[in-house]
Amino acid sequence: MEQAFFFYFAFVIAATSVLVVALRNPIYSTLALLVMFFHVAGLYVTLHAEFLAAVQIIVYAGAILVLYLFVVMLLNLKQDVRYHRQWPMAAAVGATLVIEAIILTAMKGSTTPAAATDTETAIGGAGNTEAIGDVLYTTYLFPFEVASLILLVAMIGAIVLAKKDIGEREA
Amino acid sequence: MTVPLSYYLVLSGIMFLTGVIGVLLRRNIIIILLSVELMLNATNINFVAFSQYFHNVAGQVFVFFTLTVAAAEVAVGLAIIIALYRAKSTINIDEFQMLKW
Repeated sequence: MEQAFFFYFAFVIAATSVLVVALRNPIYSTLALLVMFFHVAGLYVTLHAEFLAAVQIIVYAGAILVLYLFVVMLLNLKQDVRYHRQWPMAAAVGATLVIEAIILTAMKGSTTPAAATDTETAIGGAGNTEAIGDVLYTTYLFPFEVASLILLVAMIGAIVLAKKDIGEREA
Repeated sequence: MTVPLSYYLVLSGIMFLTGVIGVLLRRNIIIILLSVELMLNATNINFVAFSQYFHNVAGQVFVFFTLTVAAAEVAVGLAIIIALYRAKSTINIDEFQMLKW
């Protein structure tokens, strides 16, 4: 049963991620990405990361994707963009990744990590959201603050970059 | 967990590879940013799968940091795209060669 869910989500995620890259119209690509985000959220639910699934839908599908759609429709480009001519580069990177995958598959089993040390906070023991909040605000408090700083810098940067002739008025 | 960890890793690898191919092959700069989102999501799936496998919630916390970086990247990236579109009236990356030498 769990495997059936996984294969459904995995198939849809793989198919839509190929569609994101392959489709010509940016709007269709963005909508394919939306379907992918929902299925990734479903995959999180099967992995017992319920809070993360909700955040995935709210932040990715709700905020980030709307921003993309907004810009795609703002620029309103209908031209037919063809694929980039970087076949040598693509072949080199692809071959490297395929070789790495083959090597990793060949030496499978020799590097199985030691699983499930129950020293840390157990997932789902006291509720997924509670466990995440507990770790986030104690162990990872400083990275959390730094993340808020990143968001502040990104906000200011986006305003400065997108605002028209901000330098002329100041000069 | 009846689904082995390696299945998640294979799925994540496929997603990441698709993102890399998108970055390398597409000329539309918006699609390139979408491919970067694809790669970030692939790493997120890895994080959550390992978090479940090791029964350690820290992996899910790191997904939040990835989410933060993704949001910042989208905001700044789209602002840059809009600025570039104002300057060049196109979003084809072949036209953006100001930094090439």
